[in-house]
Amino acid sequence: MSNTTTDERVKTAGLVTRIFRRPEVGALLGAVAIFILFTSTDTTGNFANLSGISGWTDIAAPIGIVAIAVSLLMIAGEFDLSSGVMVGTTGLIIGMLVQELGMNIWLAILIALVFAAGIGFLNGYVVVKTKLPSFIVTLATFFILKGANMALTMMLTGAVRVTGTDKAPGFKDAFNIFATRFQIGDAYFQISVVWWIVLTILATWVLTRTRFGNWIFASGGDANAARNAGVKVDRTKITLFMLTSLAAALVGIMFVLRLQGMQAGQGVGQEFYYIIAAAVGGTLLTGGAGSAIGASIGAVIMGMAYIGIPFSLWNSDWTSTFLGLILFSAVMINTFISRRAKGTK
Amino acid sequence: MSNALELQDVEKSFGSVIALQGVSVEVATQSVTCILGDNGAGKSTLIKILSGVHKPSKGTYLLEGNPVTFESPRTALDNGIATVFQDLATIPLMSIWRNFFIGNELRKGWGPLSRLDVKRMKEITKDQLLEMGIDLRDPNQPIGTLSGGERQAVAIARAVYFGAKVLILDEPTSALGVRQSGIVLKYVLAAKERGVAVIFITHNPDHAMLVGDRFYLLNRGRLIHSWERANVSGDELRKAMAGGKELEALTNEIESTRNK
Repeated sequence: MSNTTTDERVKTAGLVTRIFRRPEVGALLGAVAIFILFTSTDTTGNFANLSGISGWTDIAAPIGIVAIAVSLLMIAGEFDLSSGVMVGTTGLIIGMLVQELGMNIWLAILIALVFAAGIGFLNGYVVVKTKLPSFIVTLATFFILKGANMALTMMLTGAVRVTGTDKAPGFKDAFNIFATRFQIGDAYFQISVVWWIVLTILATWVLTRTRFGNWIFASGGDANAARNAGVKVDRTKITLFMLTSLAAALVGIMFVLRLQGMQAGQGVGQEFYYIIAAAVGGTLLTGGAGSAIGASIGAVIMGMAYIGIPFSLWNSDWTSTFLGLILFSAVMINTFISRRAKGTK
Repeated sequence: MSNALELQDVEKSFGSVIALQGVSVEVATQSVTCILGDNGAGKSTLIKILSGVHKPSKGTYLLEGNPVTFESPRTALDNGIATVFQDLATIPLMSIWRNFFIGNELRKGWGPLSRLDVKRMKEITKDQLLEMGIDLRDPNQPIGTLSGGERQAVAIARAVYFGAKVLILDEPTSALGVRQSGIVLKYVLAAKERGVAVIFITHNPDHAMLVGDRFYLLNRGRLIHSWERANVSGDELRKAMAGGKELEALTNEIESTRNK
């Protein structure tokens, strides 16, 4: 080809620059540092072996599954604060349909998914039609659902939790798909870890290798320019709100099957963990940049903190403080790296 | 020369405000038509009519001799009329090749496996920009790292590649320095060479003189002058643009203030 002569300048952009241009590099370095930290402060000798890993991936998986979707939504320039409470809502729907009506578990799961998709659609539709900030719209959804979870559970069951989900017809099959464990060596891993890894790969492929992914970046990068180029910005955003709700519903399904019931307050507050994981993973809060792998690495960091702190015999009350500091330093490092990477000219 | 596009006696009013009146413009294929005017002359309204954002209140819009009405910029684009707006052309954090193909992504595979043909898009981006004389370093680099002039150039190359017959450039040089403006003007001519009818909107008579084949001067919503390249000089254009006598009066006024 005639343009091989211009290719030589590509090399000057450099492998290092290209690696550091990846949004998840900061998170990866952070994860390695935190892994080394807890391995050295660990008093049980279990943090870095299979049983320790099964422990922190068990915490990371449900955070990661939703954080991936939240991350895509944030890349498109929107927030979803109702993603945490949605875990509880969908779990409660399934639990109640089983407890009150003796419904088949699969039908209950289907109803919960349809409901979640509907709420996601509503979130997205209101955001794109009213042009109100999604922060406010989904904050409202969050509180509406939080209240409804509590009030309807009390009203219908007379208690603050639903139970007996294991008595549902078809429970065993659903449990095997969404909530079972499997053995590696002497450790038991949750099946949610497999879901999480598969979804991370799938989301990464969608984001970087499909037209939909291209439109996610464009919608968050500059919605006007994207629209002028023929990108269906509104449809992209609504789809992402639906996917976020569905990811939360998937985690709700996992919890209700595993716990064979659900508390009315389940999931509330989790939305911040998803946003932290996404931000730690290099997703820009203003939209336009980020990655699904990054969000998953962010979830890993959280899982390591939750297991590593008690393993180090530190006071677990400080876990949130630790995560806050991680978030702060990660965002600083990410900003620094991306500025350096962009200053290639 | 045939006309790619023509406006006949077009008027546009917003409520009681008449933004444009009696505007007739002919845009020949493979030429650069410059529309000059100061702030508030009606340039923006004219662009918006040409690009399909507004419909004219009166008058006719002819595309290759046929009367047309555009419902949106998208329909205008589908008819081969591409507009490169000053600041809305590109998405800074996305790579050059992604920007080039945004909204027109090439895909391979079928159904749920349908995916971006990244390799081909990178190649085409590179080749197309090279053909316009843009020496691209790395198509993976975010377009925000390019200079303003280079970004405009990518937007122009993109419009030409996707089959624009008419290319409307909204003040492409107004935010740029001298050297950068020169780069953009070069690509305006490159687009013309490839058979595109370019409409170049500017308030800079020097830039217009460098590339233009025909010139229109807008003032207070009316076309007050039109010239062919053969019978106008840069000086005339500058004077007409500044409003001749108005400029003289202004010069005197400023001189007298300074001499106080």
